[in-house]
Amino acid sequence: MPSIPLDAILFLVLAAIAVGSAINLVVQTHPINSALSLVGVMISLAVLYLLLGGEFIAAVQVIVYAGAIMVLFVFVIMLLNAGAERPRTRLSFSVAAGVPVLLAFLSAAAYFILKKVPPAEGVTFGGFTGGSPRAVGEALFTRYLLPFEVTSILILIAIIGAIVLAMKEID
Amino acid sequence: MNFFLLSLIKTAIVTFALLTLLAYLQLVERKVLAHIQLRPGPYRVGPHGFFQPLADVIKLVTKEGVIPPGANKFFYLLAPVLGVALALTAIVVIPFGPEVEIFGVKTAMGLTDLNIGILFILALSSIGVYAIALGGWASPSKYSLLGGLRGSAQMISYELPMALAIVAPLLMLNTLSLREMVDGQAGFYFGFIPKWSIFAAPAPQIFSFIIFLIAVFAETNRVPFDLPEAEAELVAGFHTEYSSMGFASFFMAEYCNIVTVCCVATVLFLGGWHPLWPAEYGSNYVAPLVFLIAAGILFYHGRQGLRRWDKVSFPATGVVFVLLAALFLVPVLQPYIVPLFWFAAKAGTIIFVFIWIRGTLPRFRYDQLMRFAWTFLFPLAVLNLLITALVVALV
Repeated sequence: MPSIPLDAILFLVLAAIAVGSAINLVVQTHPINSALSLVGVMISLAVLYLLLGGEFIAAVQVIVYAGAIMVLFVFVIMLLNAGAERPRTRLSFSVAAGVPVLLAFLSAAAYFILKKVPPAEGVTFGGFTGGSPRAVGEALFTRYLLPFEVTSILILIAIIGAIVLAMKEID
Repeated sequence: MNFFLLSLIKTAIVTFALLTLLAYLQLVERKVLAHIQLRPGPYRVGPHGFFQPLADVIKLVTKEGVIPPGANKFFYLLAPVLGVALALTAIVVIPFGPEVEIFGVKTAMGLTDLNIGILFILALSSIGVYAIALGGWASPSKYSLLGGLRGSAQMISYELPMALAIVAPLLMLNTLSLREMVDGQAGFYFGFIPKWSIFAAPAPQIFSFIIFLIAVFAETNRVPFDLPEAEAELVAGFHTEYSSMGFASFFMAEYCNIVTVCCVATVLFLGGWHPLWPAEYGSNYVAPLVFLIAAGILFYHGRQGLRRWDKVSFPATGVVFVLLAALFLVPVLQPYIVPLFWFAAKAGTIIFVFIWIRGTLPRFRYDQLMRFAWTFLFPLAVLNLLITALVVALV
């Protein structure tokens, strides 16, 4: 029996968890279940990054997305005490329209990927080593400095906008 | 040697030591608090209450675990498991000692070493917020819900100054791996001042250390920021409805977090296992000296013990300390246990400070707690980071 590499097994397990959580996110009716499924997706994605050699991205994925942004979502859900949603009665319409649209979209995506994207080499685990904090930092502050700074300013604008909106509410 | 077998052995040792430590940390805390308040503390189970943790564990395990009606069963059961699992996991990146050779096997004292070690700990602590929030939310009680929100809001707020205080020494150590951090703090200035982060040139990190300590007091829900446990005025917090093992898990997670942050403080600021002064000036003999002093005190008190059994139990414990001191004098063992002693001494001192402050300070009010974090500690941490960055950049 050929030995299966451990990283391939890990990849399959985590990919299954990620997809399963994503499906659960859509299927669940209670908002908190959905929010925590999203956390599951993010954490399994983080481990996938780790498998591919992006240690820093993996850690940041957990700290920022799972640890900060989703906590705020969960907070809002808890504070509003949002209950389970009841599925709407016009479900048949969305199924009738949604399934063909989804199939069309998927087949279009598959067609373009097969046609346009050149057959790349398969991903090898451990082949990429530029994911250390040092490498990421150097890339961000040399080659990608402009996009990095522009993104920061965008986020700053969003923060100032939120404060301005909240100020109006208070006045 | 087989990597898996070696890892298994090391994990077994660390797990056993950590779980024993967690059980006894509670006894130590109760004893120290009791002595601060001039009372004997736990005294009934075993000599001087020495077996109290065993009794506590048996009590908690045999209690009925109540799931209150109306609780969200899945999340109610998940929350304590999540909390304790995350808290215990954090110990894997802590380096306890240097690389040593035991029976021909070279291995590092510590379970593993990640090049994102400190980020790993931050990630675990940020996921740990879910345990508290979910525990409060899943309990069918508004006090629990409010307690959970209070506790997690507090943890999120104090994570910011904590992270900023961690970043400042990293600017000088230039690594995120905890083992490399300790290696970077080896050596001495002028032959006697240790190169720990809190003393290091060009920017001594003493303020970062203080900010870090204050922030982790709030992160671990300790006095003076222990609002999640204010049972007298706020009906406790997220764990009000929990009983038996659920409650024990939350408690264990809290103590484990204390141990972890004390180890992180030791590694980041106090130079890990490096001694306070060089071995040429006899720092290897600090451990036997400390144990001999302890033994001497025990012999002295044993001679004039107030109770009959003190005349036996005190000198008997003293003999144990003498044996420990003798162990530190064996030259073959010294490279293994002397670094461990320094690490344990530093981490233990910080843990003692945690308990000491619990016995000293009153509790903050919640608005004071939040105002302190956002309007005082956070700007101070930013300022500290800016000054450190400036000094490091200029020198």
